[in-house]
Amino acid sequence: MITYSIVDGTESSLKNFLKTLPGVDQVGAEARAAMLGTRSIKAASKNYAIELAISMVDLTTLEGADTPGKVRALCSKGLRPDPTDATVPHVGAICVYNDMVSTARQHLDSIGGSDLPIAAVSTAFPSGRASMPVKIHDTQDAIDAGATEIDMVIDRGAFLSGRFGEVFEEIKIIKELCGDRAHLKVILETGELVTYDNVRKASYIAMLAGADFIKTSTGKVTPAATAPVVLVMLEAVRDYYELTGTRIGVKAAGGIRTTKDAIKQLVLVNETAGPEWLNPALFRIGASALLNDLLQQRMKMREGRYASPNYVTID
Amino acid sequence: MSNRIDVRKTYKLFINGQFPRSESGRVYEITSAGNFLANPAQASRKDLRDAVTAARAAQSGWAKATAYNRGQILYRIAEMLEGRASQFVDEICAVEKLTPTKAKAEVEQAIDSWVWHAGWADKIASVFGATNPVSGPYFNFTIPEPVGVVGIFAPEKQSLLGLVNSLAPVMLSGNTAVLVASQSAPLTAITFSEVLATSDLPAGVCNILTGLKDELSPWMASHMDVDAMDISGIAKKNQAQLREAGADNLKRIFAFSDKQSVARISAFLEAKTVWHTIGV
Repeated sequence: MITYSIVDGTESSLKNFLKTLPGVDQVGAEARAAMLGTRSIKAASKNYAIELAISMVDLTTLEGADTPGKVRALCSKGLRPDPTDATVPHVGAICVYNDMVSTARQHLDSIGGSDLPIAAVSTAFPSGRASMPVKIHDTQDAIDAGATEIDMVIDRGAFLSGRFGEVFEEIKIIKELCGDRAHLKVILETGELVTYDNVRKASYIAMLAGADFIKTSTGKVTPAATAPVVLVMLEAVRDYYELTGTRIGVKAAGGIRTTKDAIKQLVLVNETAGPEWLNPALFRIGASALLNDLLQQRMKMREGRYASPNYVTID
Repeated sequence: MSNRIDVRKTYKLFINGQFPRSESGRVYEITSAGNFLANPAQASRKDLRDAVTAARAAQSGWAKATAYNRGQILYRIAEMLEGRASQFVDEICAVEKLTPTKAKAEVEQAIDSWVWHAGWADKIASVFGATNPVSGPYFNFTIPEPVGVVGIFAPEKQSLLGLVNSLAPVMLSGNTAVLVASQSAPLTAITFSEVLATSDLPAGVCNILTGLKDELSPWMASHMDVDAMDISGIAKKNQAQLREAGADNLKRIFAFSDKQSVARISAFLEAKTVWHTIGV
């Protein structure tokens, strides 16, 4: 059995460790993910899954056109997704660009949402193409502004050219910067990693370097959080837990727009990583449009009639 | 001749420009004088939900099309109907037990009615719109606009003519429709959906379901994203409860006694009033 201590941070030790990882059976992974997507969900489970999914949403706005007003509206929505129903749980976090963190923090504090985490995308999101000092400053800036979660991107260029040590080192530096002030989510941008084997390798690099969460995508590249990719990442966190006793979270982001998609993700989580991961502390869904669909499905389940988008807020 | 085996038709739904089976996998039986005729799909409430979603997605595009363009597409549908006339006659004879002469007359009447409605598409603004006198230096216009997504329960009798007279007035002004066909005689509606599929009509503008009206109507009436309903094809004793279920989102619910009429067109219009300065 390979143990954690083998990886001492040097490129060669990392490569030696990654070589021991078995390859992903592509056909098998896709078939299993597809099979888990066909589970029929009974009403009681659906009610539970909708509530859980709402509490796992990282309500996100990452547009060039973001305004402070839009961010404040998003924060209000995150804290109280359905203004007419206080029993709806708040979302997992609000996810914004670096410069919007202080706006979001101030607004949340003023409306009683000081417990709601704010995630900032960092390290030259979404491309990651910047020098290390810029990435460090970017991250420091977000933490100083009050971000409690940092969503960093890995250097895909370095990863794809085989410079795994560089990827590892960058994550490690950002993790040290976060310390205990912020949770670190590492975005693998699986849509650019080409193979499932690479997804598995990148997952391990991120986990070994100290990630608290591994995240599929930036949402700026398609394909994003496809079911087989999430499956491979969930297997990685499950195996990593067996190896080290540490539970790493997974965040699926990009392309999850409907309640059905979200429930399929939850089924994947339950069947792959296990029920411990059915918890906002260990599984998140990065989305913007999804929340409205979850709220409409929740209304449908409660009122016994089909809902209309006219009754949820426009983002 | 050889003993050729007939190629039997699978009767399907028409949702978002496609022909799916019911997601429930169910069918029901159509008989005529005790003889088996066909197994059309028995739509479930989820099929209805999908149809409403498709109609909603198609609505803004259909309303934005020029009235002239809508009229042209409706006329194209009439051309396609004409080409299928003999198929409709056969189906009416088989299901509704009409003589071929009477069936032919009904089909011709239906096509003529469709053409009559096609002509209305670019006339509603002038007929139902108005320039209102106001006290001030303003123009004040009233412009008719479509209500949105309309649910239709087609009449049980005269399946093709009834369908035409309830569907055409809804579609011509820019509404999109989810139509539940005559439960006892759905074959003409299914053939009609094949006409729509070959008539340049954008997907989702008209969706046609077959199934049990009692099963589908409460879900349609309570659906918060359906703006209006034509319940002429629902038994009188069941209409009140549908009106009640539709009250929550202020659904406009109508049951018409007349067949082809201007009132059926204006029922599915909303008035928008616009003020504009006259200037100097």
